[in-house]
Amino acid sequence: MTSTSVRRHRATGLVVLLAALVATGVGYAAVTDSAQAAPPQASETQVQQGRQLFLEGCATCHGLAAQGTDSGPGLIGVGAASVDFQVTTGRMPLSAPAVQAPRKTPQYTPEQVTALAAYVASLGAGPAIPSDSDLSTTDANLAEGGELFRTNCAQCHNFAGKGGALSDGKYAPTLMNATPREMVEAMLTGPQNMPNFPNATLPLEKKQAIVKYITDNLQNAAAPGGLALGSYGPVTEGVFIWTAGIGALLLAAVWIGAKVR
Amino acid sequence: MSLIVKEAGKAISRADERAPISSLAKANLRKIFPDHWSFMLGEIALYSFIILLLTGVYLTIWFKPSMIEVPYHGSYAPLDGIPMSEAYASALNISFDVRGGLLIRQIHHWAALFFMAAMIVHMFRIFFTGAFRKPRELNWVIGGSMIMIGLLEGFAGYSLPDDLLSGVGVRIVAGIIESIPVVGTYLMFFIFGGQFPGSDFIPRLYTFHVLLVPGILLALVGLHLVLIFYHKHTQYPGPGRTNTNVVGYPLFPVYTAKAGGFFFVVFGVTVLIASIVTINPIWAYGPYVPDQVTAGSQPDWYIGFLDGMLRAIPPGWETVIWGHTISWNIFVPGLVMPGVLFTLLLGYPFIEAWVTGDTREHHLLDRPRNAPTRTALGVMAITFYGILVLNGANDIIAQMTSIPFNYITWFTRVGIVVFPPLAFVATRRFCLGLQRRDRDLLLHGRESGQVLRLPHGEFIEIHTPISDTEKAVILSKVDVPVIEAPPATDENGVVTPGLKGRRRRAKWSRFYFGDNVAKPSAAEIEAAAHHAHEEHDHEVEELTEGGKDIPARLTD
Ligand code: HEC
Ligand code: HEC
Ligand code: HEM
Repeated sequence: MTSTSVRRHRATGLVVLLAALVATGVGYAAVTDSAQAAPPQASETQVQQGRQLFLEGCATCHGLAAQGTDSGPGLIGVGAASVDFQVTTGRMPLSAPAVQAPRKTPQYTPEQVTALAAYVASLGAGPAIPSDSDLSTTDANLAEGGELFRTNCAQCHNFAGKGGALSDGKYAPTLMNATPREMVEAMLTGPQNMPNFPNATLPLEKKQAIVKYITDNLQNAAAPGGLALGSYGPVTEGVFIWTAGIGALLLAAVWIGAKVR
Repeated sequence: MSLIVKEAGKAISRADERAPISSLAKANLRKIFPDHWSFMLGEIALYSFIILLLTGVYLTIWFKPSMIEVPYHGSYAPLDGIPMSEAYASALNISFDVRGGLLIRQIHHWAALFFMAAMIVHMFRIFFTGAFRKPRELNWVIGGSMIMIGLLEGFAGYSLPDDLLSGVGVRIVAGIIESIPVVGTYLMFFIFGGQFPGSDFIPRLYTFHVLLVPGILLALVGLHLVLIFYHKHTQYPGPGRTNTNVVGYPLFPVYTAKAGGFFFVVFGVTVLIASIVTINPIWAYGPYVPDQVTAGSQPDWYIGFLDGMLRAIPPGWETVIWGHTISWNIFVPGLVMPGVLFTLLLGYPFIEAWVTGDTREHHLLDRPRNAPTRTALGVMAITFYGILVLNGANDIIAQMTSIPFNYITWFTRVGIVVFPPLAFVATRRFCLGLQRRDRDLLLHGRESGQVLRLPHGEFIEIHTPISDTEKAVILSKVDVPVIEAPPATDENGVVTPGLKGRRRRAKWSRFYFGDNVAKPSAAEIEAAAHHAHEEHDHEVEELTEGGKDIPARLTD
């Protein structure tokens, strides 16, 4: 094989890779768009449909009447927001017991999620799924959002929303994949080790400011200083200086040292 | 034109008569320096220091060391209107509104990381080659002090911008000061001018960072260089290199050219990194507010081992005396341990000199294998340090690997006592193995892989002798005699004076040198050479007997 054909070969791989990336991106955008669409009003048929889905997919752990079992907590009064958050982020149905339910590809269509949420909401009052206007951030103040984020969220999710470790293998996940609805729902319901921030202590406008800070400033972070090395702080900077930095200078030293021989 | 030149020449010679610079320069510029790439590690540290001084001065022009609270209205919108200290606001201002400010900040900070890393790598070179031995002990102490002071200087600089990350670091340091028994609280109040955080700390830290410590460092750097000049540089063993000569090139023009070139390499690499990789994005951390904290709060890497130590000590190790709590769990890892570590570091040349009882000067470097115990102690120290550094990043490692950080902490607690001794034993064995190999090389040459059958059926392997350079390098080994303990009493039954101390030293001496593989004596080398000669004769015999196609050389 000549060197040009090798290069052409590699380029083909790159094109395929790019195409695949674009396809995934478009597909992903389509999925997230549909997830962000406003949930339609709950009806009696939805509740019935939700009950059916619940019995099939959730009752083994949460009990036939959602009263809770040894393998899952009761869901009476957790509210539609909790179900919507847990199921659209793919955390529920839980596939295997783990320290923490991980985010994964959702298993239910948006209509099915609405139905499940309607059913659980019908069992007892709880936080509702935020509406589209609840999620509007046009009037929100970015800087205030940042201040609230640093006060309430950064200690677990890190200053840049990259997530962090909690004790015993638990962790606060990265916020790079969360949609505005999931953010508000997470704050309303406090999944697992996350505290909840009810509207009484953190009013909706403040939640919107936080959402704005996460979406505008963290998920689409400008990088005035150049590569951010993952925004994990000084640890990655230290790794960088000891590998690339000192590495480059040692090579230079060896090169110059060999020169005058 | 020529008149000007003539006048200038006159002026110069007139000046020279009073201050004889040219003859001084002539002598010193021709000074010979030996050559090796590892001798340039210290230069990296020196050049980073120069870069720090230059960029630091630029930063002082705009930095405001004040903790007065002001609302921010600069061009970084995500912090618009947020109250913050003037220090933080001015650091943001440098980053976003001063021309080239962000680049200079990043150069300054990357250079600080380079400075510390280069000093440490340089120290490794000094340690493992025994360059700290007489007469250079003082320069070792100066070097070690510069690492210690550099650590403080870096911490001070990192804390100046008063951002959320550094504020958390200052809070921890305040806690460490408070943990000092009896005087801790008073000392903390004295340093901070009252309750934490107060409004005095940043201005005080500023004087410390831009005036006091750079002044001390500059003096130490100068002294360090003068001493290098005065002692002359050490050299690696090789043909013609002895303890009493220096083989190399003159300072001018060879070294000045090389060193000048290398300065620009260091400067270039630092600027390149600073222009493409973010360091310390203070705008993303936000201003320091005592009730805020971010996940993954870490110090710069050179403080990491101290943080690792703090994180490893189990909480709740405290004593209450007369209603006062002494927090050993902070005091010991925060102050006692670093104190012990730095004392050992600075004192090492004297410890080793005591063990060897060696009062000679050393200008020829040791090969690390020829000082196996020292080398092993060094690797042991690095292992110890490395584990602490890793534990300082336990939460980040946990996040990246999904290993719970409690496990990493436990791994540290156990590993810190298990792994350094293992590293010691393994390194020492490895060194002794290399010594044995050297001895074989010297006596028998290198195995050529060719097997020869002798006429009477015996098989021997042909060894090729090693080169003169290799020989000189191997022969440079100095066999240090093990000091024997004296008998308890002399022949007259008088108790030997200082028996205990001398016995202790004998023990240490055995620990250091007892297992060394002795360098072959001249007679042994002679005998071996003779033997090799015979071997060689056989080969020739065989070849001539067997005709043209070397039938006696077997490969199967
Ligand atoms: C394998 C067992 C299992 C299955 C199946 C399962 N869950 Fe869960 N679920 C759990 C456990 C355990 C928890 C509590 C820990 C957690 O939040 O991860 C939980 C928590 C929840 C919560 C949060 C409760 C709260 O306090 O806010 C909701 C909502 C939920 N599940 C809904 C569902 C729905 C809807 C389904 C079916 C699609 C489902 N779960 C299937 C085990 C399960
Ligand atoms: C005590 C730590 C803690 C704090 C404080 C905290 N969180 Fe969380 N957060 C978590 C944990 C743990 C999870 C994962 C929950 C799970 O997997 O069910 C989480 C999950 C989330 C998610 C879901 C992410 C995803 O991709 O699925 C969002 C969004 C979120 N948090 C936003 C916030 C916001 C906004 C704040 C501040 C108002 C906040 N969190 C404060 C611990 C925390
Ligand atoms: C060995 C020497 C030095 C070390 C290790 C060092 C280290 C540091 C570090 C790590 C920072 C934080 C930078 C940041 O990310 O913002 C800093 C800031 C600063 N340093 Fe230094 N420095 C040194 C010498 C100097 C000198 C000599 C000066 C001035 C004459 C100086 C002036 C400053 C100023 C004004 C700041 C704050 C400005 C800012 O952060 O934007 N430094 N230093």
